[in-house]
Amino acid sequence: MARSNKPIVWAPFAAGGTLTAFLTPVLILITLLAELGHVPEALTYDALRGFAGHWLAKLALVAVVFLSLWSAAHRLRITLYDLGVRADSWVAAAVYSAAGLASVAAAVFLLRI
Amino acid sequence: MGERLVELEVLRYHPETDKEPRFQRYSVSCREEWVVLDALNHIKEAIDPTLSYRWSCHMAVCGSCGMMIDGEPKLACKAFLRDYQSVIRVEPLAHFPIERDLVTVIDDFMAKLARVKPYLIPKDAKTVEEGEYRQTPAELKRFKQYTLCINCMLCYAACPEYGLIPKYIGPAAIALAHRYNQDSRDGGRDQRQEEIAATEGAWDCSFVGACSEVCPEHVDPAAAIQQVKIKSMVDWYTEHLMPWLKK
Amino acid sequence: MAEKVSGKPYVRPITSEWIFRHPRYLRYMVRELSCLFIGAYTLLMVWGLKQLADGPEAWRGFLECLQSPASVVFHVLALAFALYHSVTWFNLTPKALPLQLGEEFVPDGVIAGAHFAGWAAVSLAVLYFAGAF
Repeated sequence: MARSNKPIVWAPFAAGGTLTAFLTPVLILITLLAELGHVPEALTYDALRGFAGHWLAKLALVAVVFLSLWSAAHRLRITLYDLGVRADSWVAAAVYSAAGLASVAAAVFLLRI
Repeated sequence: MGERLVELEVLRYHPETDKEPRFQRYSVSCREEWVVLDALNHIKEAIDPTLSYRWSCHMAVCGSCGMMIDGEPKLACKAFLRDYQSVIRVEPLAHFPIERDLVTVIDDFMAKLARVKPYLIPKDAKTVEEGEYRQTPAELKRFKQYTLCINCMLCYAACPEYGLIPKYIGPAAIALAHRYNQDSRDGGRDQRQEEIAATEGAWDCSFVGACSEVCPEHVDPAAAIQQVKIKSMVDWYTEHLMPWLKK
Repeated sequence: MAEKVSGKPYVRPITSEWIFRHPRYLRYMVRELSCLFIGAYTLLMVWGLKQLADGPEAWRGFLECLQSPASVVFHVLALAFALYHSVTWFNLTPKALPLQLGEEFVPDGVIAGAHFAGWAAVSLAVLYFAGAF
């Protein structure tokens, strides 16, 4: 039995799971507030662009996006297996690529700010 | 204490004559304080001597009488009739092949236990003359709960991943490995990692937690498995990112 | 070792209906499915970043889309699932990271409680700096 390379995908999953546990609910809450008519100051165009203009914020945002998407992707992979989908390698390739691509896209968008 | 009429719906399977298992219903007059095992024993003694099942201590320490009772993995000697309705479904432990009636084939489990090297591999071997291995209460407490496993296999029956992935080494085996890894006298963690840090080791676990919920001895194998994952992850990154570090 | 078994052991087939065998498996599935909502929300965030980069008109359009009924329903559901993820995650953390101080282990509730407290602090801080109050 060889030691698995699972830690490569599991570490970002664990980090992302922890990050989303701390951060995602309040982010969704802020979004909801905006949707219900109380747009918080930070979500106005000028404020958000000002924030996202800083390189540190860009880095942080990409990290948040990547870790959140990766942990969701990993969980989705496991869930699909639990539900009987046997083609694990294909599923893994698909979900992790999607997470990676979306993260790259986020970085690209942020570089335009 | 009075009597109670209980219907036991028991899965039967005789390989000589049956193609498939089938249910057989027994009407048993039980004493109120009985456990399912008492009802089974009464069936075997007075109604149907052909019923086969494992049991021994009748006090939840030997781990022999694990079976599915109303769909839940339980020790038959610890399943009190008063906690159930008047019809109780009794089946062999899930995720194991059925040998005969309520008796399962447990070879896979036994092999997996052996694979994790469940014995002390001393860090600093001592001869008897050199005296005992000494251990503080704190060092004992570090692994004590993982020593409580009675090998009843309820955790394997509860674990959906074991059901889906037969190669998965399973909760009890990993908890057992962890028991030795956490023992201050032991130096064999590296050897055990070959088994429990493999894909079919801790990594097949998705932390459903059912194993710990059904464990009659409160071993908490789920906790052991997550701790193994974290240690294995730290090992992996140390090994790959800082290979110059000696283990 | 044991003598040879009968030679005709019966293997019971596994179907996906294990999910319904007990409420704990359903709860596990709900926890796992939170990933769909957290993933979808994050993708929405990425889309929002694009709109932000495209300029004030695009950003205004994005906010308007967010205010649609469908969007509100999604975000309410997403919040519920995200909360479930957080609660289950923090309650399981002490199992993965036990802390032995002296002879005794720090009680699970304390470790989890510290995480919940941190979660509250982070959330309040984010709300404050976002100008939500």
